[in-house]
Amino acid sequence: MTELLASPLRKLGHLAINAIWRLGFASRFLFAILMNSGQCVLRFSLVIREVYFAGVLSLIIIIVSGLFVGMVLGLQGYNTLARFGSSDALGALVALSLLRELGPVLAALLFASRSGSAMTAEIGLMKTTEQLDAMSVMAVNPIARVVAPRFWAGVLSMPVLAALFNVMGIFGGYLVGVVMIGLDEGTYWSQMRNSVDFHNDIVNGLIKSLVFGVAVTLIAVFEGYDATPTAAGVSSATTRTVVTSALVILALDFILTAFMF
Amino acid sequence: MKRSTIDLWVGIFVAIGIACVTFLSLKVANLTPQSSDTTYSLYADFDNIGGLKIKAPVKSSGVVVGRVTNIELDTKRYVAHVSLTLDSRYQFSHDTSAEILTAGLLGEQYIGLTQGGDPENLKSGDTITITSSALVLEQLISKFMLSFAEKGDSHSAHKTSAAQ
Repeated sequence: MTELLASPLRKLGHLAINAIWRLGFASRFLFAILMNSGQCVLRFSLVIREVYFAGVLSLIIIIVSGLFVGMVLGLQGYNTLARFGSSDALGALVALSLLRELGPVLAALLFASRSGSAMTAEIGLMKTTEQLDAMSVMAVNPIARVVAPRFWAGVLSMPVLAALFNVMGIFGGYLVGVVMIGLDEGTYWSQMRNSVDFHNDIVNGLIKSLVFGVAVTLIAVFEGYDATPTAAGVSSATTRTVVTSALVILALDFILTAFMF
Repeated sequence: MKRSTIDLWVGIFVAIGIACVTFLSLKVANLTPQSSDTTYSLYADFDNIGGLKIKAPVKSSGVVVGRVTNIELDTKRYVAHVSLTLDSRYQFSHDTSAEILTAGLLGEQYIGLTQGGDPENLKSGDTITITSSALVLEQLISKFMLSFAEKGDSHSAHKTSAAQ
């Protein structure tokens, strides 16, 4: 009887301890990446190669989704604002919601599912096929050679992608509001300029995307490095990357917003 | 080290990033470089500033000529002491009047300056003496209700005297 009660409790405790153990390992892993980043500066071509895979290849998805998010914002915003007779404020609405929240958050979510999962799968497969061990044997530090360039590439790409997402979104809002619905073009831009502040909105949005970049890339490389070296292990690590990144992005967004605005 | 196509793509990527941030700063946030020596500051005391906030625009004939830089309560006279920074291209005469206005029905509040007739202009650090406070909706309504009630009272008093 006691065994029947104790076994789920034991499982719960095991899960909690495992989660804390992984959190500690992830922190140590981040520290190890930072300590081993010297080689990234010396051999910058490694980072550039990863920026190509993480950032450049994400351009299409960012451009298309940014455009559509902006167009939806334009339509929905216009419908609601027109009810209060203030459809002139559409530019301000589109720009502020993109710059403050939607741009960094959605770009980070897309980045996590497009590039984060690829990083996890790549590093996980390297571990499964014992390439990482082979590097260690050859006295090449796998963290410096494989993990750190991917980490820095992700951190550098994220603000660029978020800024591009914002620009495309504002352009999408312009397409719907000005070209399709026929609001005044001058009002759209001037309302936007009046309400957007460089420091409050743009810089804070970029800081947000930088923080998301660090979080997403760290989760991606950590899950890959920590993956169980089997086919099933790599697949579950990839899933975990996307799920954990999404949760962490949204939680961090709340915390950052509470601090910033 | 040889140049590869990946370098080209990453170069394009970084250029896109810089272009986007520049676009956002210039076109969306209207960040234009401002040098401090082309502005001068004035002060104005108001009985009530309503919902005026720091960085609210100062307008004259609808043209933005400056910004509100600071608002504090003068604890000697208990009036709001507002600091304004104006563009030095725009000079105002000594008897300029300042009032707090609202853009639209529910819009933001700003300071409107009306040029006076004095040939002498305000210098940096001067105080605008002719000011009128913000319209506070609650005060307006209560004033209206009061005058309405008074009218009603006098009306009924008239009626009772007529009956006698």
